[in-house]
Amino acid sequence: MSASNETIEQVTRKGYEYGFVTDIEQEYAPPGLNEDIVRFISAKKEEPEWMLEWRLEAYRGWLEMEHPDWQKVRFPPVDFQAISYYAAPKAKPKSLDEVDPKLLETYEKLGIPMHEREALLGVERPEEEKPEVAVDAVFDSVSVGTTYQAKLKEQGIIFCSMSEAVRDHPELVKKYLGTVVPRKDNFFAALNSAVFSDGSFVYIPKGVKCPMELSTYFRINANHTGQFERTLIIAEEGASVSYLEGCTAPMRDENQLHAAVVELIALDDADIKYSTVQNWYPGDENGVGGIYNFVTKRGLCAGKRSKIAWTQVETGSAITWKYPSCVLKGDDSVGEFYSVAVTRNRQQADTGTKMIHMGKNTKSTIVAKGISAGEADQTYRGLVRVNPTASGARNYSQCDSMLIGDKCGAHTFPYIDIQHPSAQLEHEATTSKISDEQMFYCQQRGIGTEEAVSLIVNGFCKDVFKTLPMEFAVEAQKLLEVTLEDSVG
Amino acid sequence: MALLEIRNLHATVEGEEILKGINLSLNTGEVHAIMGPNGSGKSTLAKVIAGDPGYEVTGGEVLLDGKDILEMEPEERAREGMFLGFQYPVEIPGVSNTYFLKAAANAIRKHRGEPEVDAAQFLKHVRERMELVQMDESLLKRPVNAGFSGGEKKRNEIFQMAVLEPRLAILDETDSGLDIDALRTVSHGVNALRSDDRGFLLITHYQRLLNYIVPDTVHVMVDGRIVKSGGKELAEELEASGYAMFEEGTAA
Repeated sequence: MSASNETIEQVTRKGYEYGFVTDIEQEYAPPGLNEDIVRFISAKKEEPEWMLEWRLEAYRGWLEMEHPDWQKVRFPPVDFQAISYYAAPKAKPKSLDEVDPKLLETYEKLGIPMHEREALLGVERPEEEKPEVAVDAVFDSVSVGTTYQAKLKEQGIIFCSMSEAVRDHPELVKKYLGTVVPRKDNFFAALNSAVFSDGSFVYIPKGVKCPMELSTYFRINANHTGQFERTLIIAEEGASVSYLEGCTAPMRDENQLHAAVVELIALDDADIKYSTVQNWYPGDENGVGGIYNFVTKRGLCAGKRSKIAWTQVETGSAITWKYPSCVLKGDDSVGEFYSVAVTRNRQQADTGTKMIHMGKNTKSTIVAKGISAGEADQTYRGLVRVNPTASGARNYSQCDSMLIGDKCGAHTFPYIDIQHPSAQLEHEATTSKISDEQMFYCQQRGIGTEEAVSLIVNGFCKDVFKTLPMEFAVEAQKLLEVTLEDSVG
Repeated sequence: MALLEIRNLHATVEGEEILKGINLSLNTGEVHAIMGPNGSGKSTLAKVIAGDPGYEVTGGEVLLDGKDILEMEPEERAREGMFLGFQYPVEIPGVSNTYFLKAAANAIRKHRGEPEVDAAQFLKHVRERMELVQMDESLLKRPVNAGFSGGEKKRNEIFQMAVLEPRLAILDETDSGLDIDALRTVSHGVNALRSDDRGFLLITHYQRLLNYIVPDTVHVMVDGRIVKSGGKELAEELEASGYAMFEEGTAA
């Protein structure tokens, strides 16, 4: 093994920083899944009858569906009857001030501000420059609090947990829920539709530019549970919003399931930017434990000139399986997907996007960067479809893989389905390794091996990082450093 | 005490001996040139001194300021004040030249127990140094060597040297691939950095570079050994007679 390979191995073998457990009294649904459990969850959330019926319909659909097996990941079958589908802290606070200090402490440890006017992720800056970030904090199955709600409300913006939305804004939920990802879209979407707990609901009224970043922080804490997040974001005509989600979980030997559904809807001239920094517990170096992250994310550019951009930085989870997609229905609408996925040790990821062109002169951009280290295996899977109605459609795709060490894998499956002769598509793909020459060059300038790997990898990901909101770009870079520390050898 | 002291240095690559007992002593304030035909081991010597893991040292000593550096990692040698100007500088996509240099400068400062560079001051320093090699400022923001022409890469090496201010600079065939104007500029940069507390080791195939950077000592290297050392006139002799006389000498 070359010297740089040895260092690379060390860098990718670093521990997980967010693996602590919060000791708090929680209540659970008994393990297993049946109609009673669906009713139990719905009742816990004091939902109206129509919501329960919606869930039950999804559940019945799920029963008839089969677990998919086309993805390039390997894991033992999940026992859906062994999971508890609801876990929540016992105390039910009425406002942020009443939230259990232990919970607030948890978010503080994770760098998430639960007090308004606090900087996100501890990024230090002068008081007047501190950007305001509204946070919805989801702990296992429930939201424990959402900041800045009052201030956002002044402009008609709704930012709340999904449970609150069902209760307080049923007309919006009824109108949009399941319209982008239908209940029976796929096995995990159906499961989510039956048992979803909390997630965020965002509504930006006509012509309003959301004045701050909105973010949701997902934390899995309880064991033997799954988290079934449901998020719905609606941007009315001419509205715009930037939203970010972050995720962490304790270190455990068991595998825990996170099956989320996220739906975005952009009407005429609306603009939604959705960023993810996913750092679920990835399991240990032997592949024991870690989160199964099986997620359906889809955005509908319903209106003319609307735009949806997904940016994801995926460093966690034992298995990641997600394809944030854009359905470009409105004429001149734009879809973008920027992704950095890092897998190390025994992590597996099968991730990418789908761009479905339906409207005229629709444009999409895909930039996917995959970094594999240790014995990890990673797949980019993407679909670009141009429907017969989509004249003048354009797509640019770029998929780059970087291999660190000699035991990992990178695969690319780009699917292209063109049904209009005017479509213009470009596809570029590269596979690279950190070369011994690059390492020596950095070292000769005084830069140590770990810093050199981090520098080279960050350079490789730059096209994606520059699309993240600034605070998160800093966080993403730090996360990458931590993730790759010790992975060089 | 010499700045660089090489004693009976032997090195191999993939089992083949390339350096067969090199001796050399270079003091601060001096410029030495190593000349020799292709394949004589000149570039190998440069890389071995800098600690390239692709080569194995099988005997001898290399001292920098009296300290044995052969057991040091390449980055430690660099932090001790050694700089290698590469014959073929590599590209680092997505990492800007400025960012890269700042990382290097900070690593060196940390080693010396100094605080990190002040961003504004560093930029000022960098701008001054750019003028020295007449490098276009746009190259600062571009990724390290990515898409640079051959001449730009070589200028960038001299520029990096100028920013990092090493004690010992080893320049490996910095003149190759440069047109006459670029050669003048690069030489000007090196000459401007000559000082009493710095030494240079120039590796070159041609005498041409030495018209611009006048060395104190010239060494002729053939087949892994230094076969002759002398003043700057030795380079001129070589230009007239070629390396053939030395090659025959070793064969005999």
